Amino acid sequence: MSEFILETAGLTKEFKGFAAVSNVDLKVRRGHIHALIGPNGAGKTTVFNLLTKFLPPTRGSIIFDGQDITREAPAATARRGLVRSFQISATFPHLSVMENVRIGLQRKLGTEFHFWRSEKSLNVLNDRAMELLEAVDLTQFADTITAEMPYGRKRALEIATTLALEPTMMLLDEPTQGMGQEDISRVVELIRKVSANRTILMVEHNLSVVANLCDRITVLQRGSILAEGPYEEVSKNPQVLEAYVGSSDMNDAHH
Amino acid sequence: MSTPSQTTTLIKPEVLYTGLFIVGLIAPFAIYPTFLMKLFCFALFACAFNLLLGFAGLLSFGHAAFLGTAGYVCGLMVRDVGVTPEVGILAGTVAAGLLGWLFGVLAIRRTGIYFAMITLALAQMVYFIVLQVKATGGEDGLQGVPRGHLFGVVDLSDNIAMYYLVYAVFSVGFFIIYRTIHSPFGQILKAIRENEPRAISLGYDVNRFKLTAFIISASLAGLAGATKTLIFQLASLSDVHWHTSGEVVLMTLLGGLGTILGPAVGSATIITLQNELADKVGSWVTVIMGVIFVVCVLAFRRGIVGEIQALIHRAGIR
Repeated sequence: MSEFILETAGLTKEFKGFAAVSNVDLKVRRGHIHALIGPNGAGKTTVFNLLTKFLPPTRGSIIFDGQDITREAPAATARRGLVRSFQISATFPHLSVMENVRIGLQRKLGTEFHFWRSEKSLNVLNDRAMELLEAVDLTQFADTITAEMPYGRKRALEIATTLALEPTMMLLDEPTQGMGQEDISRVVELIRKVSANRTILMVEHNLSVVANLCDRITVLQRGSILAEGPYEEVSKNPQVLEAYVGSSDMNDAHH
Repeated sequence: MSTPSQTTTLIKPEVLYTGLFIVGLIAPFAIYPTFLMKLFCFALFACAFNLLLGFAGLLSFGHAAFLGTAGYVCGLMVRDVGVTPEVGILAGTVAAGLLGWLFGVLAIRRTGIYFAMITLALAQMVYFIVLQVKATGGEDGLQGVPRGHLFGVVDLSDNIAMYYLVYAVFSVGFFIIYRTIHSPFGQILKAIRENEPRAISLGYDVNRFKLTAFIISASLAGLAGATKTLIFQLASLSDVHWHTSGEVVLMTLLGGLGTILGPAVGSATIITLQNELADKVGSWVTVIMGVIFVVCVLAFRRGIVGEIQALIHRAGIR
């Protein structure tokens, strides 16, 4: 088993000649919480879309857990255990909270194409779904229609649904975006909790979150890697400080 | 575990469906059976269409192709090959399912308006073929289809016997749709409708789900079309015309998109209006349908059943 769970080599994505991501060699260590940061337009979300196969790369390769997944279909990559979240909260708004989690659990039953079977057959998943909801502190919302929950709770639900797949590696796209301080602390604790036995790669703007959560940081700028290392090291790098325009203090980048 | 995604109803669904089922059993003694049979065919057609639009989020603008093709296949099998009516219905349904598979494979790679346009284009090809081929009778349609004897025993020229066959076909078709919506498969379908990228990121090959839904929907539209041919002893060219594809959209929206009973209510309303108005206002009926459509979309977008459900839901909250 390699010490890196995810490795990219020369990963490049061009849109009509404009390189949104160029020559990214990203290495994520097994078991780490790894942050991907950078100013707006640095290509962080594009990297996520490439890693989860939502976009095909122009050049380069992606190795996940020793397997080349560069040309794989997005759903197949998810089934391998590399599962993403989205920048805007990705739930199924008109399904109940419980049903949302069950969508994540359902594939294990192997009945996802059984249109002749009653949905009551899914009730065997309820206990496991409740456990997952408990892990994110959502049990009291189990029967609520998802759209009616506050935003922070939806993000927690998203994490619970992702956990249902028991992913080896989770990719979180700005998990604390648009949240108040209270929700942020809740989500940070949650991420710390679920990071046991798995690897997390997250895009995050909030540097205090990054500082207290992440083992390693990669800084992207204009589609290329500017710096990589632990927070203390990266935060002192003059090029990185320069990149956060109009400021010599990285802390000013806080939201 | 109840299904919380459904609105709280004052009447239990089992009671409602049993009640409606009994009404259907005694209806032919109060209402002209041929009219009821036509109504059931279009209700099943609209329910099949709604499975696709309301629960998978796919707007097909070529569903007449499945209704019509099944009608012609059933008619040809019964009239020219001489099979019994149930075999004819089955043949028509299978033909529509195969056509649905073909349409689906070609169309599901696109979404939204492009998906609708591909289905329309394919359906227009089917229309053209039906119009040109000799065996289908061109503009006159396929005439003189005998109703025959069900399983070689029950004489279907008796309108009441025919009615109960149609009623059984509708009930089975409706149950299949109901079950599909409330199945493990249906859950994933709803998830795809709600948030397709998220469904992909959870490891589901969404195109396979859409294709399966498309084939089920096309087959059931075919079931309706094949049955319709037996009722009227005619497979008519208008059944493959794009006008019929448009009408089913109207029926579904009027009754309530994404509700289970909505499309049946919508088609009953439209068919009744057409029946009542045809000899009174002539071709003005098209204008009236247009006005109804506009009013429905502007004033009560949830459709008849959708609005009733919303009312009950609000009452339930208070």
